[in-house]
Amino acid sequence: MTEQTQRRRRKNPAVDGPLAVYRGVWVYIEVNEGVIAPVSLELLGEGRKLADKLEVDLAGVLIGDHVRHLAKQVFEYGADLCYLAEDPIFEKYRSETYMKVVVDLCEKYKPEIFLYGATPTGKDLASAVATDLKTGLTADTTILDVDVETRLLEASRPAFGGNIMATILCKNHRPQMATVRPKVMQAMEPDPERDGKIIEETFDIREDDLKTRVLEIVKNVKRTVKMEEADIIVAGGKGLKDEKGFELVHRLAETLGATVGASRDAVEAGWIGHEHQVGQTGVTVTPKIYFAIGISGAIQHLVGMQNSRMIIAINNDPDAPIFQAAHYGIVGDAFEIVPRLIEAFDRALHGEEVVEVG
Amino acid sequence: MDEKFDVIVVGAGPAGTACAYELAKAGLKVIMFERGEYPGSKNVMGGVLYRKQMEEIIPEFWKEAPLERPVVEQRFWMMDEESMVTMGYKGLEWAKEPYNNFTVLRAKFDQWFAQKAVEQGALLINETVVEACIVEDNRVVGVRTDRPDGDVYADVVVLADGVNSLLAKQLGFHKEWRPDEVALAVMEVLKLPSEKIEDRFNLEPDQGCTIEMFGDVTKGILGTAFLYTNKESVNIGVGTTLSGLMKAKIRPYDLLEYVKNHPMVKPLLEGNESQEYAAHLIPEGGYNSIPKIVGNGVVVVGDAAHLVNAIHREGSNMAMASGRMAAETIITAREVNDFSENMLDSYRVRLMDSFVGQDLKKYKDTTHTFEHHPQYFKEYIPMLNRAAGQMFTVDGTPKKQKQKEILRSMTENRGKLGVLQDLYRAWKVMK
Amino acid sequence: MHIVVCVKQVPDTKIIKMNPKTNTMDRSSAPAIMNPYDVYAVEEAVRIKEKYGGTISVLSMGPPPAVSTLKKCVEMGADDTYLISDRRFAGADTLATSYALAEALKKISSEKGEIDLVITGKQTIDGDTGQVGPGIARRLDIPPLTFVQKIKEIDLGNRKISVHRKREDGYEVVESELPCLLAVESGINEPRYAPLPNMIKAARHEPVVWSVDDLEDIDITKLGLKGSPTIVGKVWAPPKSEGAEMIEGSTDEVVARIVDLVMERKELFQDKEVQPS
Ligand SMILES: Cc1cc2nc3c(=O)[nH]c(=O)nc-3n(C[C@H](O)[C@H](O)[C@H](O)COP(=O)(O)OP(=O)(O)OC[C@H]3O[C@@H](n4cnc5c(N)ncnc54)[C@H](O)[C@@H]3O)c2cc1C
Ligand SMILES: Cc1cc2nc3c(=O)[nH]c(=O)nc-3n(C[C@H](O)[C@H](O)[C@H](O)COP(=O)(O)OP(=O)(O)OC[C@H]3O[C@@H](n4cnc5c(N)ncnc54)[C@H](O)[C@@H]3O)c2cc1C
Ligand SMILES: Nc1ncnc2c1ncn2[C@@H]1O[C@H](COP(=O)(O)O)[C@@H](O)[C@H]1O
Repeated sequence: MTEQTQRRRRKNPAVDGPLAVYRGVWVYIEVNEGVIAPVSLELLGEGRKLADKLEVDLAGVLIGDHVRHLAKQVFEYGADLCYLAEDPIFEKYRSETYMKVVVDLCEKYKPEIFLYGATPTGKDLASAVATDLKTGLTADTTILDVDVETRLLEASRPAFGGNIMATILCKNHRPQMATVRPKVMQAMEPDPERDGKIIEETFDIREDDLKTRVLEIVKNVKRTVKMEEADIIVAGGKGLKDEKGFELVHRLAETLGATVGASRDAVEAGWIGHEHQVGQTGVTVTPKIYFAIGISGAIQHLVGMQNSRMIIAINNDPDAPIFQAAHYGIVGDAFEIVPRLIEAFDRALHGEEVVEVG
Repeated sequence: MDEKFDVIVVGAGPAGTACAYELAKAGLKVIMFERGEYPGSKNVMGGVLYRKQMEEIIPEFWKEAPLERPVVEQRFWMMDEESMVTMGYKGLEWAKEPYNNFTVLRAKFDQWFAQKAVEQGALLINETVVEACIVEDNRVVGVRTDRPDGDVYADVVVLADGVNSLLAKQLGFHKEWRPDEVALAVMEVLKLPSEKIEDRFNLEPDQGCTIEMFGDVTKGILGTAFLYTNKESVNIGVGTTLSGLMKAKIRPYDLLEYVKNHPMVKPLLEGNESQEYAAHLIPEGGYNSIPKIVGNGVVVVGDAAHLVNAIHREGSNMAMASGRMAAETIITAREVNDFSENMLDSYRVRLMDSFVGQDLKKYKDTTHTFEHHPQYFKEYIPMLNRAAGQMFTVDGTPKKQKQKEILRSMTENRGKLGVLQDLYRAWKVMK
Repeated sequence: MHIVVCVKQVPDTKIIKMNPKTNTMDRSSAPAIMNPYDVYAVEEAVRIKEKYGGTISVLSMGPPPAVSTLKKCVEMGADDTYLISDRRFAGADTLATSYALAEALKKISSEKGEIDLVITGKQTIDGDTGQVGPGIARRLDIPPLTFVQKIKEIDLGNRKISVHRKREDGYEVVESELPCLLAVESGINEPRYAPLPNMIKAARHEPVVWSVDDLEDIDITKLGLKGSPTIVGKVWAPPKSEGAEMIEGSTDEVVARIVDLVMERKELFQDKEVQPS
């Protein structure tokens, strides 16, 4: 071995070193009640880009009971391969069983990159798998890229309460794993023509050997706020002063048929439930229109809404950071503007209807 | 709570901590309550710590205490709107051991001092408010805190809870302070790079100075403003009697803004970054306002006992001294197992015999004199400025004639006799 | 019942100042606090102890000032606390952290008695991953139950626990054998104001401090920076957009402009049924 190749090898263990046996980009396909979670489809879209750059296959990992038919969708959204583990024992997600499948598959097929949605299930699974595989795992990623030269995954995420962005690398261990926030990546347009190869594996896991059981799944009776799916969100913050002031947000939302969002300070003040919190420790949303009323625009809030199509901010402080992220800004008193907005929208939307009906 | 202590100290300011330190050192079982997140977290002080009383508790404390700068220069500014007459003393012997006094940031200093008491064996309980003294048979036997299961008992309770001392009031030791018995001080810590501080105040890296300002900075209200140098910040504040503020209808923070923007002050603060802002009462009633400070099973120390020398802005030193004397009394009381008011009264006697009582007595009429005769602040300081201005302006007028004119203008308003009276009165209360 | 809670001391990221040039934290600008999510973990342990009896140990890894966080735990009702502190732990990512904590848990178990339950917070506010808990569980080979919203029941006789785990659309009831690990959500309880006897106990409390050398059979290559597969490549300030177009004018004009902007997206309202009144 010449000195030069030696140096190269040390530099690029993933190209011609011991890690070179790891190839391919994998995405964990999360299934809830027979439906693939949107985040998994988003990750297939992103994974496709990474796989193309690295010139490798993109694979989905599909685990469950009666899930084979979903493989088709996995291909349509960009995968070349689908690893399938089907068994009644996999009917409901359990860390114990699912992680065994994923760990075994990784050991056998050696992917170089493995992405999971940063959902309760995805995070639970990825954390356990990373520990058993003794590899690195980057949490809550919002930007992904690869360095084609070194084949390193560049997983970037907000750190220290969102004060900075950090790019995390995993140089000497494989697979390089990351959980990725829902709603930040783009799914591909599904292509019904696309097809791929199913690689099925069977596992001998017996119920008696397991330590955990899912006894029951309880859906929230009151319709859960589907913040992620809302087209219009009217969000309010501390600037609305109290619960009564926050009522304005509800009224504007009602007028627009919109969903209500909130900053953490508004949630912590008890004006509205936690499920409405937008941001780092709340949900990430990408509506077509996002109203931010009396919200300062702390970075922890921005990471949850900055990808909205149109952001309109109302704040009485001209220096509020929210105006950096917004598309349209109004410096003014919410208590003066919002009631007028409600009237005006009421007229514009409902007034017209009445005329048409009449 | 079944456990009983020898002494409960309420408040971990300089008074309470000094007391707890001495008691613990003597082997007594002491518990000290502080409502703040940590000692100092709620404490406001302009920032001069006097060496003497601290040294009596912890010798050579300057070797390890978190001090800002030893004070080598004290300046006094008599200010008008666009002028000032200054006076001061700078002595480099103050830059060396054993020093004279220091600037401190209370948040750091109190925390350190309380830790010293803990090292002596005192138990420090933070984030706990003492709500009342428990009184049985006309004797204070413990305190009630705001925590669940929060009663605790002891032979003696030391009230070191600062100027507002609700606890002493509950015991009927004093009534609500009158507005002329307390001054309201507002202050701000402004961050400035150390090189700038040294440049602007003409200091070496390990030296500090204090500036006391009188006159226009308080808009004629009885009080003073101050500016002290820390390592990488300055403390600026203004304190005036509450009654004066009320009369002049000025909000305290507006007054502080006025001081900061005074043309003599502003250039010193250029480019600062505000770090914290606080408002606090200072007991200034002096000797005449000292309440009852001893009862059965209870003593009152520090600001709670109104031990502040308003004229020389000494407070923390008196607080420490009183805390120490209370501790000594309690230690003696314990030897004879008598915690009655009679026995504990030797604390009061001792205190009044010490510099604390002596100084407070000496200046007992000062505040009132100045408050009732606003001409000192409203007229004489501007007058002084005019006089100095005239005297030092070189315009061809002979100095002798200038002196004449100055004297005439001084006596114009109050007449010769009035001025003489004023001077005598001032001399009498200040001497 | 022997419960061990893992807690971390963290800089208060809510008030931390960043150096805009280097993108590093000015640690001195932020006071060290107990990770807010771990407060719920300790409180939950105390509630379990109140209901089922037992003893609570608390474990933390970090520099010496973490002692103050451990004392806080005693205020809340913990019995014993352990700090593993050593330069060689520094720079650990979640894999190395979970290894070190798991090794310390083994030592606690051998010294104080078998552990029945490990509880962690949902996540830290500095590392912010939620990965350490499951990592510990895997290393101890006990089931990790993450996103726990409620403890339904503990059956000490059959050594079983059932909990509610949060799901995106509700929750699931999971039963597990003991010992297991719970990573608890912040809504699981309402932390209480500590009673005075606990405050006094905490003021007297001295945590047990272990260095790397106190942990027998530990593999030093798995610790700290060396034992961490991930590294921070670079840090940068979060991207800023160019800023909003400011709408100015009288309230009437402003309102009219917003209505125009929104109504341009008429399609958003088309499929909405308007209730005839
Ligand atoms: C680890 C961590 C995670 C976090 N996660 C989240 C998260 O998920 N989501 C989140 O939102 N926050 C989160 N935060 C908190 C975040 O840092 C901010 O504290 C929070 O977003 C501020 O909420 P706010 O904008 O409502 O309140 P403030 O910052 O108090 O802002 C109120 C705004 O209202 C304006 N205002 C006042 N009166 C009026 C008026 N009459 N008319 C118009 N405007 C007015 C003010 O100018 C101000 O800009 C997190 C923090 C940390 C440390
Ligand atoms: C602006 C300003 C500038 C000053 N400048 C100087 C100066 O330069 N030099 C000087 O020597 N003095 C100065 N003083 C005066 C000095 O600060 C006080 O005299 C001194 O702090 C008194 O000490 P203390 O221990 O009696 O009270 P404090 O320092 O007020 O301490 C009382 C403590 O008790 C706690 N507490 C109160 N109530 C309760 C309760 N119910 N339960 C539990 N804890 C309680 C408080 O949180 C506090 O920590 C200044 C004061 C002010 C306001
Ligand atoms: N250094 C540490 N010491 C003790 N416990 C920790 C440490 N780091 C993380 N934990 C625990 O693991 C949980 C998740 O942390 P993280 O994965 O950093 O978000 C925390 O809530 C703690 O309970």
